[in-house]
Amino acid sequence: MMMYAAVIGALLVALCLLLTRALLGPTVFDRALAANAIGTLAMLLLAIFQFVGGRPEFVDLALVYGLLNVVGTIAVQKFFRYGDLGEPGVADEEHRL
Amino acid sequence: MGTGSRSVIILEELTAVVLLTLMGAAAIGIARQRNLFGVVMLGGIYSFLMATVLVVLDAVDVAMTEAAVGAGISTVLLLGAIHLTGGTESKPIHRPWLPLFVVAVTGAMLVYGTLGLPAFSDPKAPIHQHVAPRYLTEGPEKTGVPNVVTAVLASYRSFDTLGETFVVFTAGIGVIALLRRRTPRRPREHDQEDRKS
Repeated sequence: MMMYAAVIGALLVALCLLLTRALLGPTVFDRALAANAIGTLAMLLLAIFQFVGGRPEFVDLALVYGLLNVVGTIAVQKFFRYGDLGEPGVADEEHRL
Repeated sequence: MGTGSRSVIILEELTAVVLLTLMGAAAIGIARQRNLFGVVMLGGIYSFLMATVLVVLDAVDVAMTEAAVGAGISTVLLLGAIHLTGGTESKPIHRPWLPLFVVAVTGAMLVYGTLGLPAFSDPKAPIHQHVAPRYLTEGPEKTGVPNVVTAVLASYRSFDTLGETFVVFTAGIGVIALLRRRTPRRPREHDQEDRKS
């Protein structure tokens, strides 16, 4: 239990630091990176709390969080690369609807 | 076991308090931010924090929905909206004291309302006294559905489920209508479709 408490404490401290960066962040990339890292921390907290509660059946949900994080990050990157989420990019010109 | 479960409860409550404090900080940051891209990022952060609070409260399914809708889809949709409208919010003309007052009063009334509710996961709450046992014991005989969750969703709350289905259906029709209007025209294939239909 002490180990769980130490891990959760460390994760919460990291969460505070990341939120500070997201609030202060001078550039948008600081904020995007902080949001991505907070998604990862949410994933870790989910996994830890499954074991603290003694029901690790839902650890698979961490995978869903990871996938969501990827979707958000790719959307942000595409937004900055092309300025438009509907932009098909260069490679898949043939698949354009 | 007694001390173990108590320390689990203390740990969960402390984590929930820290997370809710961070959510408050994120909400204030959203309200003060003028760069809308930062607002979208902070909204995603708020959503992930909310999902983690729900995980701490042992509502894993709600947490997954919150993360999927709040942090996943909303971020993408709001980025698309920023592309269409522009990335900075203009300064408000009026001082927002009246809206702030209304929000504060509404929030205070909601908090006052929660004081009358039974404590979180209290086994003596009314719902655990007669509602849930009745579903569990009489559900299979009355509805003929062996699975209790299905019995509650499709039989006891069938009108509620029907209404929800209507809402989802209407939303789907709206999305399809909007997306079809924005499809870029390709003259030749349109002609072919017209001939077919």
